[in-house]
Amino acid sequence: MATHLILQKIFKTGIVSEPAPQADPALRTHEQALHADILKVFGQSVAIRHLDAGSCNGCELEIHALNGPHYNIEGMGVKFVASPRHADVLLVTGPVSRNLETALKRTHDAIPEPKWVIAVGDCGCSGGLFGESYASCGRVSNVIPVDVEVPGCPPTPIALLQGILAAVSQDRENPGA
Amino acid sequence: MKIGEHDWHLDPLGKHIWRGRMETGQLLALARAVKEEGGQLVALWGSDDRALGGGFGIHVVLLTSSGLAWVSCALAADALAYPDLAHIFPQADRMQRATFDLLGIHASDAVDDRKWLRHGAWAATAFPLRKDFDPGLPATRDTDAYPFIRVEGEGVHEIAVGPIHAGTIEPGHFRFSVIGERILRLEERMGYTHKGTEKRFEGMDIDTGAKLAGRVSGDTHSAYAWAYCMAVEMATASTVPDRAVWLRALFLEIERIANHLGDLGYLGNDVALSFGFMQFWRLKEDWLRLSAKLFGHRYLYDRIVPGGVAVDITDSGRAELAAEADRIEAEVRSLKTIYDEHATLQDRFSNTGIVKPELAARLGLTGLAGRASAQAWDARAQFPLAPYDQLDVSMATQRSGDVLARAEVRFAEIHESLRLVRALLECLPAGDLHAPLAAIQNVCEGIGWVESWRGEVVVAVRIGADGRLDRVHPHDPSWQNWPLVEVGVLGNIVPDFPLINKSFNLSYSGPDL
Repeated sequence: MATHLILQKIFKTGIVSEPAPQADPALRTHEQALHADILKVFGQSVAIRHLDAGSCNGCELEIHALNGPHYNIEGMGVKFVASPRHADVLLVTGPVSRNLETALKRTHDAIPEPKWVIAVGDCGCSGGLFGESYASCGRVSNVIPVDVEVPGCPPTPIALLQGILAAVSQDRENPGA
Repeated sequence: MKIGEHDWHLDPLGKHIWRGRMETGQLLALARAVKEEGGQLVALWGSDDRALGGGFGIHVVLLTSSGLAWVSCALAADALAYPDLAHIFPQADRMQRATFDLLGIHASDAVDDRKWLRHGAWAATAFPLRKDFDPGLPATRDTDAYPFIRVEGEGVHEIAVGPIHAGTIEPGHFRFSVIGERILRLEERMGYTHKGTEKRFEGMDIDTGAKLAGRVSGDTHSAYAWAYCMAVEMATASTVPDRAVWLRALFLEIERIANHLGDLGYLGNDVALSFGFMQFWRLKEDWLRLSAKLFGHRYLYDRIVPGGVAVDITDSGRAELAAEADRIEAEVRSLKTIYDEHATLQDRFSNTGIVKPELAARLGLTGLAGRASAQAWDARAQFPLAPYDQLDVSMATQRSGDVLARAEVRFAEIHESLRLVRALLECLPAGDLHAPLAAIQNVCEGIGWVESWRGEVVVAVRIGADGRLDRVHPHDPSWQNWPLVEVGVLGNIVPDFPLINKSFNLSYSGPDL
């Protein structure tokens, strides 16, 4: 009977990837514009490896949300991969803890060229409330080169999408960068 | 306060909260008495009190039949040891090891004295939470040699996983010893996200401290912010307006619902029912967007502030939130029917990752996972602080202690929290949102205790005479529960580990500090 109920629920729910009726109209155009741009720039295939380098797990909540049906990132060709060796983009959250400094560097090294690094959240961009200390290296760019910084505590899924787009479109506009 | 036959001379510090200072020998006797009556150790930490005219201090929070007991022992200036409590409460083990790494005071005769939070980042001879610690010390480049416990014998091999995992989860190391696919032993190694949170609090102003407290574990923001504010308000003997207290509870329940919805989605995902993931995350996203619309932040960050709250709810907002609660309730009911009827899901969930009630009691399993193993503790129900004392919270419990039980507790708690949201909205008292804190004259201390979605969060605060934070210890329930994941996976197959782990959904950042 579960199959019957699942199908019933799916049909009743419909496709939510189009913005829900109550959603902010500004959000709607953003989402649609981003879809088109990412498809154009990256030919339906951006592979992202996420790495928590010491985050409070707030940013992770929004990365999870990005995988939900409202944002439909898989539908636009953005996917999260398990291995850095399969990745184009490294998405790094957190102030970099000293206990993860080596792991971050090794993960970065393991990603084949060309690669882009996005520092996520206020901590990733500036060290945030945690700053630099005996246990924290602070911002991600203190440890590895960063292409795009997406501030916010945590940044919204839309801001994350914009950051991903900014990263992958950078070289095309400015090949020397 | 009496426990057993003995009066322990603890003074009431707040509703359901007791405070005592005693000799270390007496602490052992108290711990035994609490264990005997079925209580638990919740938290253990140390402090450097040398600037206050003492030596080091060791602090223990116990859950007793009369509420929360916060007990401190002053160690003599030249004494760097206190009696081991892990032989009475095994959950104290990692807390004691962390206390040594940070302060250099150790539990004498402890069976396990391996390092915990210190990897290679600072020298074994330096202790960051001592007031005379030199923050300018360069990182050591020592390799992090950690003696895992080896399982030997024919056909046994190890699988080392992490600290970087394959999914979007926090970093930690899992060392499996397996035969074929079956897990013989799991040993966890944490501390990777240790970012000096407790040191960061030192000297911080009280308002910024609330922001940092909320980021100890970001998915438990409101619980930490509330517990911290409760502690500060107790320390300064400040009163919070009723409306603010009710709004804090509203935020806490909103946070609980959001996390439970997300977890139920991921639990479906982990048994290949991506339908479940998409449905629950659709609901969660709607819930987050409504929070952003009504309160200005999807996760309600920084909405709880010392002295009250930073945001109000309008009448139309109340109606909208109540209507959304009704809608989510109906949706969750229909999804529950599907989870109940789905043969594969039920097969994977039931009898997987079992923590039996006896073991849960012995090892101190707490919070949501504890309630799924018949550990019937929920501060909102047993020791309700305002406004829960007027809401008659119904506690969800299960006995089977498997993945299914932890899912069932989440379903029940979503419904109870939706009821609480409606009740809070309906009876929300009028009045101010915020009252200034009373002036600080002297060194003062307080403690906050909040039942987060994951389990009890405790934050202890000491404020210096200059009005700045002197010592803050935030305690995450994951401290107690991580060791039970090691137990829950025994005899299961490695591919079920992600499912079992997700069913606990513990924080790394919270205990790594």
